[in-house]
Amino acid sequence: MRRKKSFLAQCASDKVFILGGNIFLGLFVFSIIIPIIYIIVASFIDPVTLQNSGISFDISKWTTTAYQRVISNKQIWVGFYNAIVYSVVFTAISVMITLLAAYPMSRTDFRGRKVLNIIFVITMFFGGGLIPTYLVISDLGLLNSMWAIILPGAFSVWNMIIARTYYQNIPSELREAAEVDGANELTYFFKILLPVCKPVIAVLVLWQFVGMWNSYFDAMVYLSDESKQPLQLVLRAILIQNQPQSGMIADIQSTAARAQLGELLKYATIIISSLPLIAMYPFFQKYFDAGIMAGSVKG
Amino acid sequence: MATSNQDVNALHSGAAKKQESVFSYMRKHWELYIIFIGPALLLTIIFRYLPMGGILIAFQKFNPIRGIVGSEWVGFKFFERFLSSPDFIRYLSNTLKLSAYGLVWGFPVPIILALLLNRIGSNTIKKKIQTILYIPNFVSVIVLCGMVRILLSVTGPVNHLFGSSINFMTMPEAFRSIYIISGIWQGAGWASIMYTAALSNASQELREAAELDGANIWQQIKAVDWPAIKDIVVIQFIMQAGNIMSIGFEKAYALQTDMNLKSSEIIATYVYKKGLLDGDYSFSTAVGLFNTVINVVLLIAINKIIAKMNDGKGI
Repeated sequence: MRRKKSFLAQCASDKVFILGGNIFLGLFVFSIIIPIIYIIVASFIDPVTLQNSGISFDISKWTTTAYQRVISNKQIWVGFYNAIVYSVVFTAISVMITLLAAYPMSRTDFRGRKVLNIIFVITMFFGGGLIPTYLVISDLGLLNSMWAIILPGAFSVWNMIIARTYYQNIPSELREAAEVDGANELTYFFKILLPVCKPVIAVLVLWQFVGMWNSYFDAMVYLSDESKQPLQLVLRAILIQNQPQSGMIADIQSTAARAQLGELLKYATIIISSLPLIAMYPFFQKYFDAGIMAGSVKG
Repeated sequence: MATSNQDVNALHSGAAKKQESVFSYMRKHWELYIIFIGPALLLTIIFRYLPMGGILIAFQKFNPIRGIVGSEWVGFKFFERFLSSPDFIRYLSNTLKLSAYGLVWGFPVPIILALLLNRIGSNTIKKKIQTILYIPNFVSVIVLCGMVRILLSVTGPVNHLFGSSINFMTMPEAFRSIYIISGIWQGAGWASIMYTAALSNASQELREAAELDGANIWQQIKAVDWPAIKDIVVIQFIMQAGNIMSIGFEKAYALQTDMNLKSSEIIATYVYKKGLLDGDYSFSTAVGLFNTVINVVLLIAINKIIAKMNDGKGI
């Protein structure tokens, strides 16, 4: 009897536990969905209505003014174009350099491995800082060039460690067999090693691409020409500095109406700028699990 | 005697062989040095080690036209200027508070999320929830801060909801909460991946056995789930604690307004403004170096702690 009672009590406490847990999880999920839905819906509402009475789900009153104004603005497209160029070039170069460097570092018979490892690892903890780096880039004549934001970060020690660990888990018989067949290092690396490393390559590509696409600091420091700015800097002007591209609002006379429209443009800008990553999300998702395995290894 | 002579000879020839083979090894495997390591080493030297030499300007009254060689040396003048200014304590405490509070509030959330996700019986529902939880991780800093500013603006939905008209972005006392909550919103789901993976490796049979034995959920978590993630939790916590001084520039800068600077100005944003906006190169470098040195000391200490727990093996 007593046992049964305690069993029931346990069930009750478990139920409370489960309920509380599910509520927490549910709230967290909603806190992600609701702002996103709000911004999507608000981007279709007339600015005056939005300010006075908030959003409405009455689709018949929706308007696409904001989208038309954002899409017809040239600077957004310049930003998109630059972001794509920088991200693709950066990803290609940095993943290649990292994969290459990780190969000798993965071989225990490689002479100089220890010294090189120290040289690389020090840079993870210590660096010159903003101004000394800026001066070097300026002395190299890279100011206002896309290489200023691509080259300095093109070799990532952390990613090298991840690739190295992945190589080390590949059976050494593979290389021995290749050597017997007379393959040199390059043939082995490109024809045999890389094809079996697709998961880790995918993860590095994903990280580097998203990282470059989403960053703004380097571009803000090194690129001053408007024609060279990536999307995030264009967004920064609109979303953070409240400076909508003048073409977007030039025809509006009153300051108040301009401010309202400026607000509305923010919503549409957020949606439009997020579309490419949303489109790629299902593709990324396949590699999330591989990403954890790669991320959980320690050097 | 003869044998010992032989030994010495063997030793000599062994050493000579090794000496020689470094060069012949490098000649034989030149691709490894030129093609494989070359580009990475070149980039590291140019963009990581050359700037380290530039640290010297922290001890100079640096004049860009005269260069490092021609500029006047001033010793620790700029460090003294920074350390004795009233701003120093404020920026240091803003930096430390922002990351320490962020760690305290933000650290448990991914663990809780993973434990809860692990309790969900249906795999499809679990996958769907995870998909949603990971989305914010892919939102850029600028879009995140843009959303925060929209949602919290005087005429925005939060004020609409409560019928108030508070301008959160101008309040120094609100800055840290905004920064930390939006950080949890963005990062907690993604950070939970690691714990979820470790939990799914925990023995399912062990959990079922515990359930059969009448262990309640709390006991199951203590006996089955926690041991599966404990190591990762400890390592993660220590690593994040070690990075407390290297809190990023991008988000703090994007959430700053002229009005909330009292709590939002951290060392990283101060270095940027002093150096690149005001052109005070030497002072900015000195402040940055101060930050880096504290960070390195912290990391070395942290590495010692990890090494102690990890049978002498650091990271």
